[in-house]
Amino acid sequence: MTATLHIDWTRCDGRGLCAELLSGVLVRDDWGYPVARGRQGPERTDVPVRPDDLEAAREAVSLCPRLALSLRDAASGDSQRRR
Amino acid sequence: MNPVSGELRQASPPHAQPVSRLLAAGPEAEYARHADTFGHLDPDAAAPGLLNLLEASGLTGRGGAAFATWRKAVATSQSAQKRLVPVRPVVIANGAEGEPLSFKDRTLLAHAPHLVLDGLLAVARAVAAAQVYLYAPAASIPGAQRALAEHPGGRRIQVVASPDTFISGEASAVVNNIATGSAIPLDKRRRLSDTGLKGRPTLVLNVETLAHVALIARFGADWFRAAGTPQDPGTRLVSVSGRGPGRDVVLEVPGGALLTDVLQSAGMDPATLSAVLVGGYHGRWVRPAAHVLAPNGPVGQVVRPGAGVIHALADGQCGLQATAGIVTYLAGQSARQCGPCMFGLPAMAGVLNRIAAGEQDPRLPGDLDRLANLVTGRGACHHPDGTVQLIGSALEVFSGDVRSHLAGRCSAVGIWAP
Repeated sequence: MTATLHIDWTRCDGRGLCAELLSGVLVRDDWGYPVARGRQGPERTDVPVRPDDLEAAREAVSLCPRLALSLRDAASGDSQRRR
Repeated sequence: MNPVSGELRQASPPHAQPVSRLLAAGPEAEYARHADTFGHLDPDAAAPGLLNLLEASGLTGRGGAAFATWRKAVATSQSAQKRLVPVRPVVIANGAEGEPLSFKDRTLLAHAPHLVLDGLLAVARAVAAAQVYLYAPAASIPGAQRALAEHPGGRRIQVVASPDTFISGEASAVVNNIATGSAIPLDKRRRLSDTGLKGRPTLVLNVETLAHVALIARFGADWFRAAGTPQDPGTRLVSVSGRGPGRDVVLEVPGGALLTDVLQSAGMDPATLSAVLVGGYHGRWVRPAAHVLAPNGPVGQVVRPGAGVIHALADGQCGLQATAGIVTYLAGQSARQCGPCMFGLPAMAGVLNRIAAGEQDPRLPGDLDRLANLVTGRGACHHPDGTVQLIGSALEVFSGDVRSHLAGRCSAVGIWAP
């Protein structure tokens, strides 16, 4: 099972740090908000993250100034979120 | 009480002709007439086995999403039981009707409030709820208060007013409003059935859904399935509009009804209509063909009724201008908390307004496509996706109008001045 990176759009302010750290996974839209590359529908809010990107995803979660990101390890159901 | 065969006409609010299932007790039914018509329902007697009965009935939510009612109820109940410290759930009857073209819920609350309360109390008992709410627009509250005062279980139910905003009825906005007074959607990282109002497992059900529950609890799943189709059992209320002021009607139609039949029952000749909006502002424009009104099925044959909105494009009205007006409204109704919605909806409204106004720039439809693709799937609620669905259907159904507009003509308005 792949982990997923959840974007809480109600918190996200489009600062763009996540798109820098995860440039293979996220790009920025016209207004600076993250868009998951090549994903459609719900996978744009709960973005699948490959094992290679997990470390960067953890960093994005911990550095997001708006606390808008959380990582869910689908295998265990655990989630990591900075509060 | 007879099962409904075919759709039955109700007069528009405030008065209804009682021939249907849900409105069988007649206009503004007080408790005595309600009990005479349907019989008394004891929630304690109805609760055991109710969720199994709902599963057998195939009842789906009538608030728009058409999710299986029993699944939501079971998820809430199980979530409450599997906690380390068991916690009792919350059940909320959702009567918010922010959709401007919908009026079936307020009609139901005005005429059959006791069915809604019966269903609410039976479900609340079945999931062992600690708290029970009725969430409804301010205009429906005096009637609801009268009904609560008469109803044997009315004292258990707390009433909360919903604001008249488009998204006030979205389930997480309902929970948020009851908790904080702010009717804006919440992030969906966790389900409401796991953690909703004050962290309790929370079940939000549309008021019409609850009225069906009240009838299923009395008359059973087979009775419910005697109307509709195996795939879309039972009946649903629809709000039909578009023929001008005073001609709006609420109809109760069987599942799987044909759009053309429903239009005829509402006094319209489908042959004279150019397009019909089905499912409301988050729905789709379709040609008035024999589409089946049902929550599931192949696009092209089936059109989703959503919360039961059916609106005919008026004679001489331009579908693109109508849609541009709706999208402008929807952009204004963004809660402005999710960026792609806050910026994307006004951007789409802007492009659509330019097409509607006859700006001859061939790049506009492509811009609209690109923006629509950008906002989908990126919000805490369905508002951006619903708006994109509406725009997509407009570009498809009014594709001829788009070409005309880009060439400086409009079939409704004529030719724009150079």
